[in-house]
Amino acid sequence: MSGERTGGPPGPGSGQGAAYSVIGKRNRKVDGRRKVTGQAIFTDDLQPARLLHGKILRSPHAHARIRAIDTSRAAAHPGVHAVITGRDLPIAYGIIPWTRDEFPLAIDKVLYVGDGVAAVAADDERTAEAALELIEVDYQVLPAVLTVEAALAHPEVQVNPLAGQGNISKHVRLSFGDVEGGLASAEEIVEDTWFHAGSTHAAIEPHCAVGDLGADGILTVHSSTQVPHYLHRELSRVLELPVDRIRVIQPAVGGGFGGKSEPFDLEFAVAKLSCLTGRPVKILYTREEVFAAHRGRHPMLMTYRVGARRDGTLTAVKALIQIDGGAHSSFGLVTTYYSGQLLGAPYRLPAYEFNSTRVFTNKPSCGPKRGHGSVQPRFAFECALDMLAERLELDPFELRRRNLLGPDTRTVNEFRVTSNGFLECLARVEGASGWKEKFRKLPFGRGVGVAGSSYISGTNYPIYPNQMPQSAVQLKVDRSGRVTVFAGVSDIGQGCDSVLAYIVAEELGVALDSIRVITADTDLTPVDMGAYSSRITFMAGNAAIAACAGVKRQIQETLAQLWSVPPGQVRLADGLATAPGSPSHALPIAEAFQAAEARFGTLGGIGSYNTPKDVHGSYRGGTIGASPAYSFSAHVAEVEVDGETGQVRVRKLWVAHDCGRALNPVLVEGQMEGSAAMGFGEAIFEEQAYDERGLHRGPSLLDYPLATTLDTPELESLIVESGDREGPYGAKEAGEGPLHPSIPAIANAIHDAVGVRLKRLPFHPPRVLAALDARRTSGLQWKGH
Amino acid sequence: MLPVPPLRYLAPRRLREALGLLEQGARGRTAPDGDGAQRRGPVLPIAGGTDLVPNLKHRLLDVELLVDLTRLEEPHLRGVREVAGRLHLGALTSLADAAVDPLLRQHHPALAGVYRKIGSPQLRNMGTVGGNLCLDTRCNYFNQTAFWRAALGYCLKRKGTDCHVVPGATRCVASCSSDGAAFLTALGAEARIEGLTGDRWVTVESLLQSEGRRHLAIEPWELVTELRLPAATPGRCAAYEKLRMREAIDFPLLSVAAVADLEPGGACRSLRVVVSALGARPRVVTGLDGLVEGRPLDDAALERVAAEAHRQCHPLPNMTADPAWRRAMVPVLVRRALRRATGPTE
Repeated sequence: MSGERTGGPPGPGSGQGAAYSVIGKRNRKVDGRRKVTGQAIFTDDLQPARLLHGKILRSPHAHARIRAIDTSRAAAHPGVHAVITGRDLPIAYGIIPWTRDEFPLAIDKVLYVGDGVAAVAADDERTAEAALELIEVDYQVLPAVLTVEAALAHPEVQVNPLAGQGNISKHVRLSFGDVEGGLASAEEIVEDTWFHAGSTHAAIEPHCAVGDLGADGILTVHSSTQVPHYLHRELSRVLELPVDRIRVIQPAVGGGFGGKSEPFDLEFAVAKLSCLTGRPVKILYTREEVFAAHRGRHPMLMTYRVGARRDGTLTAVKALIQIDGGAHSSFGLVTTYYSGQLLGAPYRLPAYEFNSTRVFTNKPSCGPKRGHGSVQPRFAFECALDMLAERLELDPFELRRRNLLGPDTRTVNEFRVTSNGFLECLARVEGASGWKEKFRKLPFGRGVGVAGSSYISGTNYPIYPNQMPQSAVQLKVDRSGRVTVFAGVSDIGQGCDSVLAYIVAEELGVALDSIRVITADTDLTPVDMGAYSSRITFMAGNAAIAACAGVKRQIQETLAQLWSVPPGQVRLADGLATAPGSPSHALPIAEAFQAAEARFGTLGGIGSYNTPKDVHGSYRGGTIGASPAYSFSAHVAEVEVDGETGQVRVRKLWVAHDCGRALNPVLVEGQMEGSAAMGFGEAIFEEQAYDERGLHRGPSLLDYPLATTLDTPELESLIVESGDREGPYGAKEAGEGPLHPSIPAIANAIHDAVGVRLKRLPFHPPRVLAALDARRTSGLQWKGH
Repeated sequence: MLPVPPLRYLAPRRLREALGLLEQGARGRTAPDGDGAQRRGPVLPIAGGTDLVPNLKHRLLDVELLVDLTRLEEPHLRGVREVAGRLHLGALTSLADAAVDPLLRQHHPALAGVYRKIGSPQLRNMGTVGGNLCLDTRCNYFNQTAFWRAALGYCLKRKGTDCHVVPGATRCVASCSSDGAAFLTALGAEARIEGLTGDRWVTVESLLQSEGRRHLAIEPWELVTELRLPAATPGRCAAYEKLRMREAIDFPLLSVAAVADLEPGGACRSLRVVVSALGARPRVVTGLDGLVEGRPLDDAALERVAAEAHRQCHPLPNMTADPAWRRAMVPVLVRRALRRATGPTE
């Protein structure tokens, strides 16, 4: 596939016309070579002098009162330098300022198996581990509520003592348009219930943090976080240190997927232990601790009523959703809104209501996983659409085409939608998959299914209310021809450091190898909100373009004067400054920088981006889900179902995604493939499951079955470029949207293959076989079987 | 990260030396260290380590000294040889090498196929044929971290008194998860057991016991050093089928090995079907001779064998996959194994 593409009207950063020299090209990642050769420095690679190793003692009970903790034997153990408990860090924290309901270490009560109780710092990891065994905790075991039903039935068993009465974490009911009227006028109604069992991120790098209090009173925390700015703020609050005395640095991160997007106990523990010992302290989670930290996909029980006219036009959608939140709020307030708010696209819903309730249970806390809050409803809704198409005897593509939302419009819940490439996404997967030759025509056991979706390119409102920019970029423009880019963004593997380099290289005409990118260091880089909600390319990308504008103008003005041409004719590209109309004028970019520096003094640039604040819903909660632009995706899955065992093999996923513009098609395809594969894993293998004691059924990468490369189906990525007028060069998100349709496309393909509707994830063989047996027992035939 | 507990490690070159270290450990005294101090504690052999190392990190084993067998120089420990009309397979042969060995593929292509489908490529490069046969039994309540097992209250297999699979059980029902063990049992293979005082050949079937805490009839100072397989005979056909979550890596949720001898006309002379990933020992399905002997293995015969296997095999909740589904899969896998065994050569 070529990098040169044309889309709709280009967005900011288009000053040099459509002929880009960097944007849209298949360039390598700026950190790629260091990563593949093992040179990239991850948090656990840090080995400062006098480093101590920390470990956290964790609760073996799902719910228990702590009557007493005796740490004296551990503290006296040779090689142990400090021991802390919850009493040493008594200030509660939480990623959402309105729901601060976590302590770094438990105070009075443990809320789930794996809840942190005490932490030690010792000479080495084994000594720290031995010291944990010397800590005596006197637990009074309490009844635990492990399911939504139990938590609601037993409000007296209150899971989270900081969260008000009972076990309701958040309730949202929003209604748009005439829902009851729409359902009453419907000529066909699909009503059913779906369940997503929940999954976790399982990033390959376990969480790790190093705290180091310097003699100058500056506390430095290196962490595998994807939100250095929020971590910075919460460290300041909990440790009661001024923000300007804390420095947070994010080294290379081995995957986040939302699992590192809030503070965790280890970051507070290493900070506190370093403050007590005056030495650097490191904690690296075990894989089991990563499962306990969790913050993964919420289990959701979802009932949908979807009404339509006989021609397939939707009349109303009504949803009732129960969300299993685990022990803390985490992002739960947002999750509860997202479970309903993000369904407004890509279809036009004339009337819509959702009623979502998040409930606390004595399990590890759920939070944001890639496609936060909306992957589960999308599974249910796209399956409902497939059922509707079947009843109306419409092709599932046709049903979707009859309900297009379209570009430059508002959703039923009042969100502004600008560019919209969904129709092209549908066309691309329909054509590439050979849909018309396959749907209902493949032999029994084989089938195809389609699903669509939409996702945000960042949220218009940051997690804590403020009017300041969401992203900022600073440039140091050097007389050697080098440009250093400073930004607070978090590269967690998705490639945002590279995206900033591409943009600055494009704008200033510098070769990619002459760009240095320095990110995610609160002492060096301007504030950015972090890697969540697929916001960085859109927001930091625009900030980078803005940062280049001033210095570019200075260079153009300098050369315009030198060459006696209008400034607009000075072109900076491919390491050269030229005036295309005057071939004799050309300077290496370093000399152009020098000329400008001689005229204007030291060169640099500052740029920032803030979201539009007038494009959200006018009701309470109408800001949550509002985004400057929305991406669109459509997938077709082809599956093979073993009718004897119930095993589902996904043969191929065709993935079309409207990313606005692919700043680097390789990175976009990587995100599309990674998202689709992750959705596949959730559909076929993964389940974050607990037993009746609240014990995770298998907190290891052997028992929690992530798809290996060999298990992953063939993936074909089809990039669609609608060109968003506010996105950098027209770009929108690509990191989360393309996960959503995987699951429902597979579910719908299973139906086409063997005639059963699976409504409970994951699609493990016993469930598939039970559904097949039920259909056979009922006497229903499918494709002659 | 989970640290490996403190231990010592020796890598002798001679088998006698390794056996000597094991015997000293079994007698409660281990070899002097560099400092000359006598140390006490259990001694365990390690070859590929693909099972042992995670088990050490999970604190499933007590060990003071690991004896690495991979540097041993005796030629019978590695490779496939034909001796007196039978095939000898060295215990230290890697699973990856066994999978592609020309002699093994010629005589027992189904066994080479078994080795080709164990674990992942990396695990097959490290894992050995002997280690695979001796693989410790596995259970969802056992193969977990020390923290997890403490939260559970431990189990019969280690440190506890209760079985969480079969409440009240006095025998550990952790599962035999070795693909090799199941197939070698069906094949009637033998294993050579060597100790300092001598060696003996035993059938694999008798080597494996039904007690999950001590599933090998072998002393702590002994080693399985090689396997002996019957040579290929006309009319011999075999196949192995297993169910697993991820085809690319996982342990079996259920497995079936079938070995049949057919007359030139297709009549069945003998049939052995072994079902495994049930309890600690592969289960030899009994009473098959009367069902198939002297008759062709046609669809009707397959159904009779499948039904008999289903009657005899009862998967337990010792792994997370639904035992009722696993039981329902017994006849499915038996039919598939027999069809593949008697079908065209792959």
